Amino acid sequence: MKLSSLSLIMWVIRRDLRVANRQRSEWLNPLIFLLMVITLFPLGVGPGEQILSRIAPGIIWVAALLSGLLGLDRLLREDYEDGSLEQLVLQPVSLSMTGLGKIVAHWLLSGLPLVILAPLFGLLLSVPVSAWWVLTLSLLLGTPMISALGAIGAALTLQARRSGTLVSLILLPLLIPLLIFATSAIEAAAMGLPANGQLAIIAAMSVLALTLSPLAMAAAIRMSIR
Amino acid sequence: MPPLLHAEQLTSIRAERCLFAGLSFAVSGGELLQVVGQNGSGKSTLLGILAGLASPDEGQVYYQQQALTTHREAFYQDLLFLGHKAAVKASLSALENVALQRQLDCGDSQPAPTEQDWDNLAQLDLLGLEELPAAQLSAGQQRRIALCRLWSSPAKVWILDEPFTALDQAGIELLHQRIDQHLAAGGCVVLTSHQPLLWQPQNYRTLTLQAQGVA
Repeated sequence: MKLSSLSLIMWVIRRDLRVANRQRSEWLNPLIFLLMVITLFPLGVGPGEQILSRIAPGIIWVAALLSGLLGLDRLLREDYEDGSLEQLVLQPVSLSMTGLGKIVAHWLLSGLPLVILAPLFGLLLSVPVSAWWVLTLSLLLGTPMISALGAIGAALTLQARRSGTLVSLILLPLLIPLLIFATSAIEAAAMGLPANGQLAIIAAMSVLALTLSPLAMAAAIRMSIR
Repeated sequence: MPPLLHAEQLTSIRAERCLFAGLSFAVSGGELLQVVGQNGSGKSTLLGILAGLASPDEGQVYYQQQALTTHREAFYQDLLFLGHKAAVKASLSALENVALQRQLDCGDSQPAPTEQDWDNLAQLDLLGLEELPAAQLSAGQQRRIALCRLWSSPAKVWILDEPFTALDQAGIELLHQRIDQHLAAGGCVVLTSHQPLLWQPQNYRTLTLQAQGVA
């Protein structure tokens, strides 16, 4: 008997993290890009607290989206080129399970660091301390959606060389709702208002994306593989 | 004895070229089928269709008398497919690669390298190289890492696309012996190779693909 669904998901995650550990620059680069954007803004617009805290939610989330898109090409490309993806298609388990594993591994490398760094972003852009919690939560709930939708984009563009721009063009419109609700949640929290509504919508969008995108991803992989 | 794997009336058309049409054949346990043909005659496409990676334009592949389109999972439990892309992770070491392959092929969720992994590495003459990233090894050595799967997997059906590529004489000899063992144990093998086989297995057949005209 080959691996069951759950152990196959764990296998994919474990393998991807192991590979990422050998190629640190690949997943660190987007994070460093993000940190640079966020440290450069106070220098560009001036350290005035009022302006900064006004534009901070937008900067953080735009930068998070862009850095998320930067690393997407890596999500399936290597597996496709070295033949591992073929082997995953030939498992007796539904391909969408494997896809879910890839999404989770990608989130652990691209989304989770953002959640951990959130207080630092808040500090650099003078977000009021009272809103840090909502900032962290919005990243925690929202970044899985970037990985999930990104996986569809990556699977659809497997056969296109240099697919970076193409993926961004496909995905950015789909991620705009996330940007709107996430920034509005942080703004509300900064003004001392409850942000539960916005956070709940972000969570709902993420859950929807996580449930449906493995299916779309599996279909797209099957199309690209031969 | 009913065949393990059989194909009925397979037709494949790629880029308006008919690669093969109305192709039927069967492979039983203990049999080796070598698919031969010129470059671009559709050998890899045929193997891909047999493995279910691609679908034929017409026709159907059956495993143990059941159509692949509906009984995919039972087939994949018993299948070992080795494409010409070796599925070896370039940044991981030979030992890690072999352990990962074993987990996938044997359904063994034990991530640590086992005794068997070491035996397989020794078998394929990769000892001493096990800690190096696969990217630093030669093409033949990377191929050997992928071939370790043949020693660890319990699969009955082997589909091998150009398994002898990049191997040296000793490697080819090892592969011969392993294929013979597998056939003797009742498994079947479908492979492509440009060279004629250097030895004669008992139940050996070839299938020649002729390049066809425009569809």
